[in-house]
Amino acid sequence: MPMALETVGLERHFEGIVAANHVSLSVEKGARRALIGPNGAGKTTLVNLITGMLRPSAGRILLEGEDITDQPPDQRARLGLVRTFQINQLFASLTPLETIGLAVSERLGAGADWWRIVGRKSEVVQNIVDVLDRFHLTDVMYERTMTLPYGKQRLLEIALAIACRPRVLLLDEPAAGVPESERHELLAAIAALPADVTVLLIEHDMDLVFAFADRISVLVNGAVFVEGTPDEVARDPRVKAVYFGDDLDA
Amino acid sequence: MSTPLTAEIAHHLAARARWRPAEIAFWLIALASVIALPGWHLLLTQVAILGLFALSLDLILGFAGIISLGHAAFFGFGAYVAGILAARGLVAEPMLALVISGVAAALLGWATSFLVLRGSDLTRLMVTLGLALVLYEIANRLVWLTGGADGLSGFAMAPVLGWFDFDIAGHVGYAYSLAVTFVLFLLARRLIFSPFGLSLRSLKENALRAAAIGIPPRRRLVAIYAVAAGYAGVAGALLAQTTQFASLATLDFERSADVLLALIIGGAGYLYGGLIGAVAFKLMQEWISGVTPQYWGFWLGLVLVLIVLVGRAPLQYVRAFLPRSHLASAALRSGRG
Amino acid sequence: MLTVLFDGIAYGMLLFVLSAGLAVTLGVMNFVNLAHGAFAMAGGYVAVLLINRLGVPFFAALPLVFVATAAIGGVLERTLYVRVYAKSHLEQVLFTIGLVFMAVAAVDYTVGSGQVFLELPEMLKGQFHVLGAGIGKYRLAIIVLCGLITVALQYALARTRFGSRLRAAVDNPTVARGLGINVGRVFAVTFAVGSGLAGLGGALGAEIVGLDPVFPLKYMIYFLIVVTVGGTSSMTAPFAAAILLGLGDVAGKYYVPQLGAFVIYTMMIAVLIWRPQGLFARGATR
Repeated sequence: MPMALETVGLERHFEGIVAANHVSLSVEKGARRALIGPNGAGKTTLVNLITGMLRPSAGRILLEGEDITDQPPDQRARLGLVRTFQINQLFASLTPLETIGLAVSERLGAGADWWRIVGRKSEVVQNIVDVLDRFHLTDVMYERTMTLPYGKQRLLEIALAIACRPRVLLLDEPAAGVPESERHELLAAIAALPADVTVLLIEHDMDLVFAFADRISVLVNGAVFVEGTPDEVARDPRVKAVYFGDDLDA
Repeated sequence: MSTPLTAEIAHHLAARARWRPAEIAFWLIALASVIALPGWHLLLTQVAILGLFALSLDLILGFAGIISLGHAAFFGFGAYVAGILAARGLVAEPMLALVISGVAAALLGWATSFLVLRGSDLTRLMVTLGLALVLYEIANRLVWLTGGADGLSGFAMAPVLGWFDFDIAGHVGYAYSLAVTFVLFLLARRLIFSPFGLSLRSLKENALRAAAIGIPPRRRLVAIYAVAAGYAGVAGALLAQTTQFASLATLDFERSADVLLALIIGGAGYLYGGLIGAVAFKLMQEWISGVTPQYWGFWLGLVLVLIVLVGRAPLQYVRAFLPRSHLASAALRSGRG
Repeated sequence: MLTVLFDGIAYGMLLFVLSAGLAVTLGVMNFVNLAHGAFAMAGGYVAVLLINRLGVPFFAALPLVFVATAAIGGVLERTLYVRVYAKSHLEQVLFTIGLVFMAVAAVDYTVGSGQVFLELPEMLKGQFHVLGAGIGKYRLAIIVLCGLITVALQYALARTRFGSRLRAAVDNPTVARGLGINVGRVFAVTFAVGSGLAGLGGALGAEIVGLDPVFPLKYMIYFLIVVTVGGTSSMTAPFAAAILLGLGDVAGKYYVPQLGAFVIYTMMIAVLIWRPQGLFARGATR
């Protein structure tokens, strides 16, 4: 049974900086993996590599056993590898309805239909409604994304990824910038993700990490530093040292 | 939970695409002009042709964010194909020749799309300009085929659909051009309101995210580029057929600049901009050419400069009366692809 | 063959001087100035005025041409261009095309549409004969002059304080401003110098490529090719691109006259297929 997501010796160099240093990760199907590490550790770079926005200098990426290293981002998304962005990447002048509609259309193979008017295919509409409902976006679904409050936009950001029915979902700091008052909706949505979806979560919020993850990978200077269950990681003195700045070579 | 909501949403989405009163009025007026303004038909034919040409540019500029300095390449290509088909007696019936010209132009668009879609805005400017120049040179050299600098002329057109003979006063020519423009407009309107059209819009707004949700950028852009090229080719063919003349002027840079200005005057990104802009442009051109025929270029340039400085397409206030689904801000503002 | 090589290099260097300003403007201000050729044309006509009408000696006229076109550039930059910097590429394209049309028509109106010729000084007329090939004296002078200009440019960029301010403004205008660099003034001076260079190129090129009101439109594609193929992150890349283009064009027209004009287009397409960001640029074109 192949791993849901696997990276093999992934490397990425930029003009003398090693942003990803021989990263080998294996994530089982249905896992809830958290990826943590200090700022600049290379977490977002890793996500960019996995989703195809960056080309690796070396190494391979496997999605359920299939080598996707040379596939473009859109192809990977169609294969079920979907991500959210740390800073919202939405379509400012589209409404949540249109936004989710895009993803659903694409997934159901209707994205390239040029003859049909949007909204005529009931299967698509039903799917859109389900997603909007689940993320409590139905009350704002007719409004342009740019007019929505940040919390709603963040929900849309994640809803959009879910609308793609991912097999593997990469969440890049989903709680970033979300005010306290709007966090619980977000966290509930993450907790309610289907069990068969494999989730890789990047986060700084440790409460969220420890509540969510069944396994944690700690990334430091572009390399996997420590990996283990939340308990193991919490107790590991090296992790504390990395976060609180003790000298590792002491 | 869902059935009333689903129905409401479906209704809402369908309402996006419903014809607005202003649109119906526009086309009724256009239809009326066939009967009510017989003396103007020659000019109006030019307006219709330019309108179709500008519509084709809108498809790539307003909806896909591709800035082209050489869209006349497809226009001229279509004109020459239609001219050659008629001059050589290869295809007598004009409508059929028109379709062939359009398809040929679309194929050319498809073949060159891979060049245009690479690289940055600057590269695109260069490539689109270069392509038009290449075609111009080819047309200039292949004298045996294109008539070279003299162009193709003196060919007679068979009656449209076997029934309607082209007349000197241009009545049939106008009705023909307007009908073709209308049909192609309908197709474009359908396309814009389709899932494909929505995906184009998403690519223009945020290509990164669009790809991240599975939309294949290149495939979609190639498709719209080919369609736009086809439309431009049909417009060129209409010109050749209604004037019985195909010349190098159809491939000239000034032709590409004219259509760009016409579209910008009307406003890009909402389909009617090209048509409305064509009307305004032709009227302006008629007026200015009457006053100073030789230095029309100066005034053309001045209008361009002023439009950019002022920052608003003059006639796009009419958008308030038209379907909302298109880009909120004018292509002028969201010109960055 | 030697003549072709020589002429090609001369043409290439001329193209470089003509295009350098465009490369810098694009690289520094991310501004697509399609009216760049109009400054070249202005330089050519100023030279004609100075040399033919006012009898100013050729070599004395050249610096005057530079100053005059730089001044025109500077004035236009502060009054018109500055309003368009923040706008989209599309608007910049429309704006500069509008300027070109106005310039072309204005020159046509004032000077007429025929080609004008510069009166060259005696010492630059004729040819040397080296190894059985004819080396035009004027073309030799072009190579020397353009070479000097190129070296001066490179020096100015790399060694002077202005050069470092310029490079800072390119890399990060916000931070540059924070360091007290007057980015606006840097842009103005850069634009002026770029226009001056174009004017100089136009004056030098009048003899080789001809000078008439449609010059900016005819040569727009050449400048675009040089800048796109060479990129904007250095001087050496556009220089190499210009030389390649010059050689290709001259050689093409000489050896394959039927297809001569197509050589540069083919080169352009070939380069784009192979390296979409330009031959030398490393993702520099924005």
